[in-house]
Amino acid sequence: MTDPASNLRYVTRKRRVKEDKRFVSGTGNYVQDVVLPDTKHAAVLQSPHPNARIASIDKRQAEALAGVHAVLTGAELAEHIDPIRLGLKRPEVKWYPLAVGTARYVGEWVAVVVADDPYIAEDALELIDVDYEPLEPIMDPEEAFEEKSRLVHPGHGSNVLYHGHFTWGEVEDDFAAADESLSFRARWGRSLTVPIETFGALAAWDEGTEILNVWASIQMPNFVELLASTLRYPLNNIRLYQDVDVGGSYGVKRGIKHCVLVGYLCRKLRVPVRLIEDRLVNMSGGDAHGPDRIFDTTVAFNRDGIIKSLKIRALDDAGAYPGRGPHQLAKPISAIVGPYKISSVDYEAISVTTDKTGQVPVRGFGQAPTNFMIETAVDKVARHLGMDRLEIRRRNMINHDEFPYQIPSGTKYDSGDYHAVLDKVLDLTRYDELVKQRDAARQNGKLAGIGIATCLEPSGGNNIFEYLMEPGAEITTYMEGCEVRVDAHGQVTGIMATTTSGQGHETLFATILGEELEFDPDDIRIVHADSLCGLPTRSPVASRMAIMLGSSAAGAAQKIKDRAMKIAAHNLNRPIEDLEYSEGSVFVRGDPSRKLTWQEISFIAHRAYHKLPAGLDPGFHAENVFQVSGGGKLPDEKNRVQIYPCFSFQAHIPYVEIDPDTCKVEVLDYAIGHDCGTVINPDIVRGMIIGGIAHGIGAALYEKFAYAPDGQFLSSTFVDYLMPSVYEMPEVKDVEHCTPSPLTSHGQKGSGEGGYLGAPAAVASAVNDALEPLGLSIHELPMRIDNIHDLLVGKSRT
Amino acid sequence: MNSRDITVTVNGKTVAGTVEPRMSLLDFLRGRSGLTGTHTGCEHGICGACSVLPDAVPVRSCLILAVQADNHSITTVEGLCNEDGTPGDLQEAFRDAHGMQCGYCTPGMLISAHALLENNESPSLDDIKEAIGGNLCRCTGYVQIIEAIQLAANRKLQARRS
Repeated sequence: MTDPASNLRYVTRKRRVKEDKRFVSGTGNYVQDVVLPDTKHAAVLQSPHPNARIASIDKRQAEALAGVHAVLTGAELAEHIDPIRLGLKRPEVKWYPLAVGTARYVGEWVAVVVADDPYIAEDALELIDVDYEPLEPIMDPEEAFEEKSRLVHPGHGSNVLYHGHFTWGEVEDDFAAADESLSFRARWGRSLTVPIETFGALAAWDEGTEILNVWASIQMPNFVELLASTLRYPLNNIRLYQDVDVGGSYGVKRGIKHCVLVGYLCRKLRVPVRLIEDRLVNMSGGDAHGPDRIFDTTVAFNRDGIIKSLKIRALDDAGAYPGRGPHQLAKPISAIVGPYKISSVDYEAISVTTDKTGQVPVRGFGQAPTNFMIETAVDKVARHLGMDRLEIRRRNMINHDEFPYQIPSGTKYDSGDYHAVLDKVLDLTRYDELVKQRDAARQNGKLAGIGIATCLEPSGGNNIFEYLMEPGAEITTYMEGCEVRVDAHGQVTGIMATTTSGQGHETLFATILGEELEFDPDDIRIVHADSLCGLPTRSPVASRMAIMLGSSAAGAAQKIKDRAMKIAAHNLNRPIEDLEYSEGSVFVRGDPSRKLTWQEISFIAHRAYHKLPAGLDPGFHAENVFQVSGGGKLPDEKNRVQIYPCFSFQAHIPYVEIDPDTCKVEVLDYAIGHDCGTVINPDIVRGMIIGGIAHGIGAALYEKFAYAPDGQFLSSTFVDYLMPSVYEMPEVKDVEHCTPSPLTSHGQKGSGEGGYLGAPAAVASAVNDALEPLGLSIHELPMRIDNIHDLLVGKSRT
Repeated sequence: MNSRDITVTVNGKTVAGTVEPRMSLLDFLRGRSGLTGTHTGCEHGICGACSVLPDAVPVRSCLILAVQADNHSITTVEGLCNEDGTPGDLQEAFRDAHGMQCGYCTPGMLISAHALLENNESPSLDDIKEAIGGNLCRCTGYVQIIEAIQLAANRKLQARRS
């Protein structure tokens, strides 16, 4: 392993995070902080029924209330806009911001009030009289799959949104040749990463310029395109302000229907309109629940622990309005065998619609559930064979000298040293001591367990998995643009093209520019272009910004340096080959006294046209649009394709104890070994890892959007939907390893998702280790106190 | 509705306004004082993003009515800054430890940590957990927030000793 830090000034160094100053001062610029004169406030009326025909809506009383400016229903709205386009082309699944004719889940928006303030708007909601004709809902995804008559979207003809089947490699031969196989069911619960800031949007139509100005807490690729097509506007009639700080997203801040609604209303009413979800609306009606997935998996293996093949059936409940949710079944194909040398896979993927709020992409885009299933398979094989869980992983993991390694579904993993990372984390956690601690706790009557999970973090993104689900979706471009400007005084400004929701992109961008231009990143300003001014972007998804914005910034910096060299060569009257660049100055090699300073170069570029070489335009700026490595190809005839370029790796080792009386699982210790290639900023990466683990502990033990069998929503407050507080988080020990990616500017890979991708599997592994002495196991998340209790009580009864 | 005239001292400055009795202190602070550092999170008293400091003990401004704060003094996150608007010592410690990501829960965390350090010069880990036990953060997993508070406490102690 090379030490990438050896010749780096700023990259890999512990440095403060640019964004943090405004956040600690209370001067962040969140959507709720944006104030426009005469802004009106929207509030939504939600359906109390899981499925009901809307016979009539009487809004006269609400409209008559003082301070109310409009009451809008779905029927009126649908005359003026198109349905919001879904990820998959399902034309009869019509998604509008307000229910049209039928409400399809408890919490669906049925009408909206616009008033002088939110209090009056909510008063008016109570004055709207809706005549519902309730119908029997369909709540269970397996039932929805089979059901032929009770359809969530009758026009679609079925509750099945997607049903695909892929085979990579010689599955049947591998099963026939394997010594044994076993089958299991694993279930990932309906949860979300639930940001503390709800979704909010403010829109103002400017008749003078004919531009719809939008401020929103958005993190979403192609957001403006979707908004424009739904509102039937040309794309350049919409300006999204991307300097809005987003109060947490983790993939989920995609309030397209909110923005369509305020976008329509502000033009109709000729006043700025804002809609800020309250927590009830956010949890029950935001069309933002995560995957809800049942895996039925069969794994073929030999008695020596070598895993040969997987047969996976994944059934996912996308709720009433799937958005881009179903694609979360396809992205995990990028790492469908995890870090293991499994030679063939059969994958059946099904997405169904039910009478629940719609689905949204969540941190990892479906990879966390899939990884939980893969690691469950490995643990089950180990338990079946009586083999150590570390040993089985060591026997199956790809070796360092086998990279780049191509998995059966066609993706090549760029680099890695999984064995080294696993060894490092075992050292960190003093594994032998941990085993003794567990065994001692067991002696004292506790249920104690150690979790072991490895995890790949596909990072960098590309959209080609969409083609696997829907051939014809020929989207192979997956780029990130940025611009670097040097002003006449020599000050450097980087312009990025998208929003930020806590990932520290300004720090990342400035650090890379500082590294390449040899300037202190603290002296570099970073701004966010609005969507009319920014270069092409695919937004901060897919653990991609270190890879994409980082590499884009490095390319732009190189163009700036090239320009500086040309100006210097002309004025020093020497060929470029004789010149050297150092901290902004360009000097003649061997004669440092003959040089141009950065200030002189900047001045010449902006002010002294007579000193510019022929053919060089005035000014000092560079654009760069970086296309993701390894993308750009469609799948081959066997559905094999490169999905994502870079693959980070983690090994998670948590320690849990379960109180046999209260059935409470406590995570007492947590160690993680982590390899995301070159770390740009260690504090940011560490925060991402630990924060992801917190999300993972939540998904494993606490967080669940529950519906009653009759369709009522049971988790609309933070009293019902439980998230880890500081008391639920263990101390987390982390150790970094660095296998640089050959595909990025500095060897960096993604690090935004890995904690969340691995932690649920690791905690489940620990709980199952604790249960093993009782001969019990649990493979349904979340594993809440009542689930553990039912398991233990069931055991004592038998 | 029966509006009331109220006067609240926010970070030492007088903020007067006519409010409906049902208006929350959170909405009053955000809407009337021009200070938007206090954040709206859950509006049912769980997440702590709206925490402010009337005296020694932080409260959730979403659960207090503005009229209840009439003639009281409130410290918000902006009040933890130095007079020139630069970050105060606790805020600098949060920067040094990167005790945040998206920044949305940060004001509430800072208010809770400030109240702790005002009353406890060498807080234990348990003390810190108790202080921020009512503040939810979805980004960090709390570890760097705890480290930030420990850093601030150590610096404060050292400054007092030197």
